[in-house]
Amino acid sequence: MADLQDVLKQAQQSVADSTDLQSLDEVRVQYLGKKGEFTAQLKELGKLPGNERKAAGQVINDAKRAFQQTLEEKKQQLEAEKLNAQLSSETVDVTLPGRGQQAGGLHPVTRTMKRIKELFSDLGFDVAEGPEIEDDFHNFEALNIPSHHPARAMHDTFYFDANTLLRTHTSPVQVRAMEKTEPPLRLIAPGRVYRCDSDLTHTPMFHQVEGLMVDKNVSFADLMGTLDRFLRLFFENEKLQTRFRPSYFPFTEPSSEVDIQCVMCEGEGCRVCSHTGWLEVLGCGMVHPEVFKHAGIDNEKFTGYAFGMGVERLAMLRYGVNDLRLFFENDIKFLKQFK
Amino acid sequence: MKISQNWLHEWVNPQTDLDEFCSTITMAGLEVDSIEPAAGEFTKIVVARVVSVEKHPDADKLNICKVNVGSDELQIVCGASNVREGLVVACATIGAVLPGDFKIKKSKLRGVESFGMLCSEKEMGLADQADGLMELPDDAPIGTDVREYLKLNDTIIEVDLTPNRADCLSVAGVAREVATLYQSKINEVKISEVPVGIDDTFAVTVSATQACPRYTGRIIRGVDTQAITPLWMVEKLRRAGIRSLGPCVDVTNFVMLELGQPMHAFDLDVLKGGIQVRMATTGEKITLLDGKEIATTENTLLIADDNQPLALAGIMGGENSGVSDKTQNLFLESAHFNPLSIAGKAREYGMHTDSSHRFERGVDPELPIKALERASQLLIDICGGQAGPVVDQTSNADLPVREPVQLRLERVNRMLGIEFKAPEVESILTRLGMQLKKTNDGWLVNAPSFRFDIAIEADLIEEIIRIHGYNNIPRKLPVYQPVMKPLVEAEIGLQRIKDILVERGYYEAISYSFVDPKWQAAIDPDLAPVKLANPISSDLSVMRTSIWPGLLKAVQHNLNRQQSRVRLFETGLTFVQQGDELVQKARVSGAITGALVAEQWSADEQKVDFFDAKSDIEAILSPAGLKDVYFEKAQHPALHPGQSAQIFKKNKAIGWIGALHPNTQKKLDIDPPVYVFEIDQEALLEGAVPGFSSLSKFPEVRRDLAVLVKQEIAVEELVKSIKSVTSEIFQEILLFDVYTGTGIEDGLKSVALGLILQGFSSTLTEEDVEKEINKIITVLNDRYGATLRE
Repeated sequence: MADLQDVLKQAQQSVADSTDLQSLDEVRVQYLGKKGEFTAQLKELGKLPGNERKAAGQVINDAKRAFQQTLEEKKQQLEAEKLNAQLSSETVDVTLPGRGQQAGGLHPVTRTMKRIKELFSDLGFDVAEGPEIEDDFHNFEALNIPSHHPARAMHDTFYFDANTLLRTHTSPVQVRAMEKTEPPLRLIAPGRVYRCDSDLTHTPMFHQVEGLMVDKNVSFADLMGTLDRFLRLFFENEKLQTRFRPSYFPFTEPSSEVDIQCVMCEGEGCRVCSHTGWLEVLGCGMVHPEVFKHAGIDNEKFTGYAFGMGVERLAMLRYGVNDLRLFFENDIKFLKQFK
Repeated sequence: MKISQNWLHEWVNPQTDLDEFCSTITMAGLEVDSIEPAAGEFTKIVVARVVSVEKHPDADKLNICKVNVGSDELQIVCGASNVREGLVVACATIGAVLPGDFKIKKSKLRGVESFGMLCSEKEMGLADQADGLMELPDDAPIGTDVREYLKLNDTIIEVDLTPNRADCLSVAGVAREVATLYQSKINEVKISEVPVGIDDTFAVTVSATQACPRYTGRIIRGVDTQAITPLWMVEKLRRAGIRSLGPCVDVTNFVMLELGQPMHAFDLDVLKGGIQVRMATTGEKITLLDGKEIATTENTLLIADDNQPLALAGIMGGENSGVSDKTQNLFLESAHFNPLSIAGKAREYGMHTDSSHRFERGVDPELPIKALERASQLLIDICGGQAGPVVDQTSNADLPVREPVQLRLERVNRMLGIEFKAPEVESILTRLGMQLKKTNDGWLVNAPSFRFDIAIEADLIEEIIRIHGYNNIPRKLPVYQPVMKPLVEAEIGLQRIKDILVERGYYEAISYSFVDPKWQAAIDPDLAPVKLANPISSDLSVMRTSIWPGLLKAVQHNLNRQQSRVRLFETGLTFVQQGDELVQKARVSGAITGALVAEQWSADEQKVDFFDAKSDIEAILSPAGLKDVYFEKAQHPALHPGQSAQIFKKNKAIGWIGALHPNTQKKLDIDPPVYVFEIDQEALLEGAVPGFSSLSKFPEVRRDLAVLVKQEIAVEELVKSIKSVTSEIFQEILLFDVYTGTGIEDGLKSVALGLILQGFSSTLTEEDVEKEINKIITVLNDRYGATLRE
């Protein structure tokens, strides 16, 4: 059976020479197939005397197993090589950009209004809306601004006819809300407003958010606390200083303007705050009895506060935008910055 | 209002520095707008007299002057037209530094040496403009430093007064306020009655007593209108922003600034009969002091004589009845007009004067006689003359009623959220000059006549907190009792719609609601837009009936800035007049152009088309449900006739989609194809609460059909027809190909449909499937002559 060792040697050599799985399989068939060399050897066993058969069979099977092991090892090696080659060929430049549609972005005014709405929503303020073409009553009369009032001159109103106009502030929404709903009231009215004025710091259309709270014991101290908190949260600056300055609005009394410490120079004084260290950002006050009267709300039973803020102004301060007019040019390079 | 600090200090002089002072009055509601020096920075300018003037031999406009500066006589070349012998001027000597760091050196002008400069008000930073040299009084001491002589070390404080604080539109008013804030003494100017030298009076008849409850006046005879207004008065006027215009006008202006009472001086000899204070009839003509002729409207209060209107009461005097160089005798007016009779009137005539500004906000009704005496005294001091007796026509019934105002301590504290004690409130109100009478729950308060703004309890509460200091109120965060609110699940927030568009690559635009009528007409030629009566410019003069004009303008803006790919959306109202009703409808609009996706490394550029826009619409419609939505080919004047559709939901038109018509593109000067859509927000925001339907456990079956139909048949029609005949096993149609071309007869198209079927109670048999498919084939054949493609 010296022959057998040669067969094994040859077989193992063939395995070693195989370079791919297909040729390896051919080697397997050549030696282990029905007509294979080891099969033939085993067939020969029948010709041996019975007492030798077992030992001889053992020898052939040992050789066959040795071959099978070699074969298996080679197979695994070739499979691994094949997979590696595949992986290698499938390798991509992971630094290339992703594919498909890229997200756009909301307008910074929307983004700012959303932030204001969310902060006040935590205090139970609902969003209210109203028409932009308003009547004189809701925009002026009901807010204690009769036709001869000097405040009218400050409003630079766009008119359609004597009684129809573009709302000059979002305050008419509070009138409409009070007409419709009994107190208690907590609402925020964001929206477009219009003034006949256009220069470096004015656009004929801009946005305001009006706020109104009416309840049994709403006080000026509550108003101050609420706006102070709001401004700190809006600018994400717990140390932001605010101050309340007496002012005048026909629809509130006492009335106040609210200044924040300049967010550009932190109160040191700079061009943005005209070297005062303060920036005016809000108007507010306690709802005027005349306004309650127009809305049919009992001035003795209820008190209320109202406030109004310019959205573009807050957006400019928050994001450092230095030109108001950019908000309405809709330049994609501008809009992209507020994704 | 501009206030000279020096002038104010004559009245009240608290021990404080300027910054602290300005901050204090600002925080009391008198907002300081600006603080400026009364003159520019300069040195070495002295009072000088022009001794002689000679023409420059080589320059027409220059003169060679000899100027006496006290210590010396200098040769100065001067180009001012008002230079003349004897004139007293301000002279900058060699070494002087003028505002703007302008140094005066010895120089040669056209060959003639000059040793200094004669100055105008502008050159010294006293005024923004000047016509010539500043002319100083004859008696000004030659050689004195001009800064000292004119007392220029002064500060002008500009206060932005709110309309309710008309009581502060005078030095006296601001001084009162300052005295209250600093609890300091006020030195009121002493005003006594002028000795009456003549008996002459001029008849005054007030027929409009409601508009003019008090009219006082007097004759002053023998005034010298050529007299020179004293320098101190000219300077005070100048620092308040008013130019000197001769002694009579200067005095009335001065008294207005000092006390707050606007006044007027008439040339007595021009007046006919008597003064009539009456309402105008329509169309009375009057030429005003500024030279403008106006025709009166009704409800205008006039000062007239027996013949003609003399002045618009409280607004402006007439040109012919005013003081002129020839005037010798005056009738001086000091009246109280009801704010309501003046308010808005000046604006109606396109005017705004210092007088109307005060009268429409309110003037102390007790002031006229005091002011009249003050003005008389000043006039006689300056111009000489003799005063007649004061004529006082007062209708007490028409004077503002000064009812005491009820003030309740509980109300003060409830409104302010603070715990004031009665003495604190009393102290503050007393400091403000109010008189208090105790009641059970508070006080009855009488405000002084100059605080005519105090009418209701809230006015007093504001005064209390203003003087106490707004920022001394402890800030409270109200305890909020959270309430669970109704949450309508079927309601879809606009934010969700915006977010979907943003995720699909859109940027949000915000354009003006008023647009160019040309753009508006290019988009909606059949709708007459609502027009603004007073647009800011002609290209922003009509209200948009669609968001497209503004949005397309934004598209154009970006295309013109090298952005070839634009995806914008906007939400907002559109305005359409429908009969008597003005409909303000909220819409969502979009516009896309250029590549579908931003330029990428791995794909060929694909341009957007109709179906990309449509897919975006379907995306924003899907939260509210697409079930009842369909698109119908329709014609829109701005859209491409072959690529435009009207969108319907529950058979109601809700919007449009399409490619811009090439003509529209041309009109708007937009080159690349743009696809636009616009949908009513209502249709996007009203959804439904989802309802469950059970899932089948049995396998789905798919059958593909390719049918040939005429090209003009809309696929939507085929789908609708299929849905009309199918049974409950029919699940879905997938449209996977639409083909024309080789192999397909001209005029036909092949539509490939994947039909998904599924049984609910058992696996579908071949027979079930065949039956369903045959129904479909039959209906398509019956209705459209569709045949199966081989």
